[in-house]
Amino acid sequence: MSAVLRVFGRIDRPVLLAFACVVALLLGGSLYTSSFLSPDYLLKQLQLGAFLGVIASGVMLVILLGHIDLSIPWVLTSAAMISTAVAGWWGDAGTLLAIPVGLLWGAAIGAINGFGVAFLRVPSMIFTLGVNAVLQGLMVILTGGAAPQDYATDAMRWLGSGASLGVPHSLMVWAVVGALIVFVLKRTGFGRSIFAFGNSEAAAYLSGVNTRAVVVGCFAIAGGCSALAGVMLAGYGTKAAQAMGDPYLLPSIAAVVLGGTYILGGRGSYLGTIAGVILITLLQSILRIVQLPDSWRAIFEAPESLREIVYGAVIIGMMLLYGRQQAKRG
Amino acid sequence: MSQILELHGVSKSYGGVHALRATDFECARGRIHAVLGENGAGKSTLMKILAGVVQPDGGVLRLDGREVAFARPAEAIRAGVVCIFQELSLIPDLTVADNICLLDPPRLGFLIDQRAQDRIALDCLARIGVHDIHPRQRLSDLPLSRRQIVEIAKALRLDPKILILDEATSALTAEDVGRVFALLKALREDGVTILYISHRMNEIAELADDCSVFRNGERVGVFRNGEKTHDEIVEMMIGREYVHAYPPKPVRAAPPQPVVEVERLSWPPALRDVSLTVGAGEIVGLGGLDGQGQREFLLALFGVLKGVQGTVRIDGAPVAFSGPAQAKRHPTGVALIPEDRKTEGLMLPMSIRDNLSMAILDRLTRGLVVDRIAEDAAIERAVGQLSIRFGDLDHPVASLSGGNQQKVVMGKWLLTGARVLLLNDPTRGIDVGTKQEIYGLLRRLADDGASILFYSTDYDELIGCCDRVAVFYDGRIVRTLEGDGITEKALVASALNLEPGALQGADDAARQPQEAT
Amino acid sequence: MNRLRYFLAHSRGALLALALFAAMFAVYVAYHPAGLTIDVVSTAANKGVLLALVAMAQTLPILTAGLDLSIGMTFVLANSLASAVVLGSPAETALGVVLVLLASLLCGALNGLIVVFGRLQPIITTLATGSIYFGLALVIRPSPGGDVNEDLADALTYDPVLGVVPPSLLVLLATVVLVWLPLRRSTWGRAVYAAGSAEGAAYMSGLNVDLGKFVAYTFAGLFAGIAGLMLTFMTYAGEANAALGGAYTLNSIASVVIGGTSLFGGAGGAIGSVIGAFVFRTIGDLLFVFDMDALYQPLFIGLVLLVSVSLGSLRLLRIRNRLELFR
Repeated sequence: MSAVLRVFGRIDRPVLLAFACVVALLLGGSLYTSSFLSPDYLLKQLQLGAFLGVIASGVMLVILLGHIDLSIPWVLTSAAMISTAVAGWWGDAGTLLAIPVGLLWGAAIGAINGFGVAFLRVPSMIFTLGVNAVLQGLMVILTGGAAPQDYATDAMRWLGSGASLGVPHSLMVWAVVGALIVFVLKRTGFGRSIFAFGNSEAAAYLSGVNTRAVVVGCFAIAGGCSALAGVMLAGYGTKAAQAMGDPYLLPSIAAVVLGGTYILGGRGSYLGTIAGVILITLLQSILRIVQLPDSWRAIFEAPESLREIVYGAVIIGMMLLYGRQQAKRG
Repeated sequence: MSQILELHGVSKSYGGVHALRATDFECARGRIHAVLGENGAGKSTLMKILAGVVQPDGGVLRLDGREVAFARPAEAIRAGVVCIFQELSLIPDLTVADNICLLDPPRLGFLIDQRAQDRIALDCLARIGVHDIHPRQRLSDLPLSRRQIVEIAKALRLDPKILILDEATSALTAEDVGRVFALLKALREDGVTILYISHRMNEIAELADDCSVFRNGERVGVFRNGEKTHDEIVEMMIGREYVHAYPPKPVRAAPPQPVVEVERLSWPPALRDVSLTVGAGEIVGLGGLDGQGQREFLLALFGVLKGVQGTVRIDGAPVAFSGPAQAKRHPTGVALIPEDRKTEGLMLPMSIRDNLSMAILDRLTRGLVVDRIAEDAAIERAVGQLSIRFGDLDHPVASLSGGNQQKVVMGKWLLTGARVLLLNDPTRGIDVGTKQEIYGLLRRLADDGASILFYSTDYDELIGCCDRVAVFYDGRIVRTLEGDGITEKALVASALNLEPGALQGADDAARQPQEAT
Repeated sequence: MNRLRYFLAHSRGALLALALFAAMFAVYVAYHPAGLTIDVVSTAANKGVLLALVAMAQTLPILTAGLDLSIGMTFVLANSLASAVVLGSPAETALGVVLVLLASLLCGALNGLIVVFGRLQPIITTLATGSIYFGLALVIRPSPGGDVNEDLADALTYDPVLGVVPPSLLVLLATVVLVWLPLRRSTWGRAVYAAGSAEGAAYMSGLNVDLGKFVAYTFAGLFAGIAGLMLTFMTYAGEANAALGGAYTLNSIASVVIGGTSLFGGAGGAIGSVIGAFVFRTIGDLLFVFDMDALYQPLFIGLVLLVSVSLGSLRLLRIRNRLELFR
């Protein structure tokens, strides 16, 4: 019995910690302004957090493998730009195809990432960084350097900013994506292979698991998720913008890691990722609404400055609390 | 004669396995002290404790009468205890001179004095009698035998009071072995104490002043070289009271139907022209000293090595596996129980259930989903067949004892129904009881028609389990022993690439009284 | 004689990069409308030196088999700080320079502390600290501006020495000779290489691996600080430019790879990275000289990055025992 508690305790502790922090943030925010806990505001947070949640779902799979995907910013942006462009180029057919094309694009780029990592054995952080740069270059050509001319389709807007019965559609999309990820991880052989790979690539390989397919598959899913988020964000902002992807890199990785997924792979639960996403979203919104006292305003003239510092510091602080990795010893 | 080193009641456990059980050990100053024992007897763990790489769970360590405890290798080195490990402690991307003077190099102010390094390196190499290594060569450009020399030179430079060699001559050429022995004797004259671990009885006979024998985590005997015969030493190492009851071997009327036919398998430099046939119901052992190609042979059959030449036929048809996935899926089914169960056989944090079903995952999935009912049934079969002892199937497999962990690895593969089983030293570090169970299981599987290839460093096992033993030397099979011909003497002799008769001479030499030193 | 032979053999990567650079630069100068003039060389040198210094910075964490994704932000922070304090009388200016270098050193040290003693993974650590350093830069420079001691700036980035040599190159040379080479030849430098090449073996040999890694990240900060100072001298201003920081981080990794340092740690050096930086810069310049549409340049550069890092990992494809890929 104690052994069970020990095992589950170790897995759940980061998740519990993450949820505890969420509660702490909610309490802290409500102390600052009473409207923080209002249903409208919380729902708005969930609507925004859903974008991050969709990205984090894909990122989680990659991190479970022990890899990392640094191409998120421009997969997201390029998918958004391509779907809006398709809508503009192909008229009615384009409007229908916009979202599917965007998703396929994301999955294809993800597959290329997977190829580089699994077949060329380039370290994932470097290859995805390179792919990110290439995508940026491609988009510069596509948009002629300026902001893209084309606007989001109705479908995209419906996804990104619509709501039914009070529930934002983005949140529903996140729920569907989350359910699929949980299904894959818990019930499929593919999911089992992901954990096996993350724990020991050698043991998975020697057990006859098709390790290359697992890698390509996970990166493709991650690319698809980033693309989906991009498409929704374009709908939310009614058009695709140049730097729309950059603010999502650090938060998505942080959300997954703070949610208890082990950065070296092999361990993690989606529940933790949900907690991590909510945690990051709340943190970002608190940092945005807090009005600094005048004396502070003199120092932190640019509003982002304090936000960036606190943001980075909180992430490091929390990871030091429970994100430690074993040192390699002889 | 004073004791430079004293250990009292030292214990060390890894998970469920007791590597050292409250053992004592003493070593006199200025003598060469040989440490003997089977794999898993505790010798390496003892050396690691002395070298500061691991810390004991209990017990006292005294150096020169003073109690010491080394929290890390740097402390042991500073105390004058230098260990030369089997896995080299060299930095591949640095030069020979950099490596030899790795710790506390000669300096000009803040900078490392490279010329002084070169001089020191050449000096140390010369003391060993080696003159063909240039100090500015990069270590990764040297072959293993030369790297081992550099490792010894590096230890020399640290001016040790106690020098420990843990299988440090395994990759050396015969000439270099001779040079190292001369060096060790010279060091002894200078008052250095030397601890020497080796499997090679002839080396020990030549070098040692005193010997300690370890078995099952304890020192079971200590004597002067020459006081015991070779047979008596082997008896102490394997322990007659723990009689391994091996299942009886079948008497065959006709030679078995060949299942695995290997012809002229080559993978230079580790494997050269290896030919072997394994029939249905046969257990064929792979013998010989460590590192003669046995592991590579099994990996080659499993498809892990690239660029293998030669032919392999299974059930008559030629095969060329591109990897374990293909080998597993072959109609006859090939399975490999790998060398290191912790990193290659199991996913330690995952549950026993997940580990057991890992190899048949593709068979258990309907579409994408894992068929839980079929999985449970399969796991029940495996657990029953192997009598795996566990608390809860959903506990991580890391919570099991070493023996049960190995059973999980085997169970995983038995579920695939593979008829060809490749086992890479499967009973290393496992308790006696589980070993017996595994022997029985192997024989049962063979009787059911499986073909088993079994690499072991334990002579007892090879003698007790195998119908035939192919002894490897330098990547080739130098002799195949059969039936009654599988004896310890024959195995040892073949491993050293000698005629069986030659060992008789070694026995006689061991019985001569040693001159007083 | 023998020593020279080995030195050349071990520096193969860097020498190849040097040959590549020489060839490319020759083509660039040949096709440049103005030809081989001091201005052309000086401009090329200035841009190259900036990237070279950041590449030197990135080399150290990569040598320990890690990575520093905050290096571009340390660069930007140093730039912003310099535009605020490197002013006034010679004494004040000198103090300002020291302050900037110290601050950059501390940024690196913070990274080192978290990675080594906090045992956190370098990627996410430096992503987060990059955020902190950028925030600090924004605190100092909420909007672009500031000033710098113009005499010092011109001396170091504009006035040619002996009439021909761009002064920025001399600053680079001084950094290499006075900081990098001594570091490399010291026991600290050895710990850096050993930590990346074989951490376990280094530990068993008694080396202080933790110190090596810490030193690597700290000095990375210092080199980025020098780069930030030079940027301030070149532009006479400071700006908290996130895009610039990100670009320099990315380009520094490409430079390191082109210069022959292994991404797996243990092999290579800052001199190779400096050459790699110049090669990388010259690619961009060549595109300009050959009239490649400015629109295509980011894509081209991205492709160069991707191809060079892929080539850098190709040795893995030659491994014959697949099990070794996983160790």
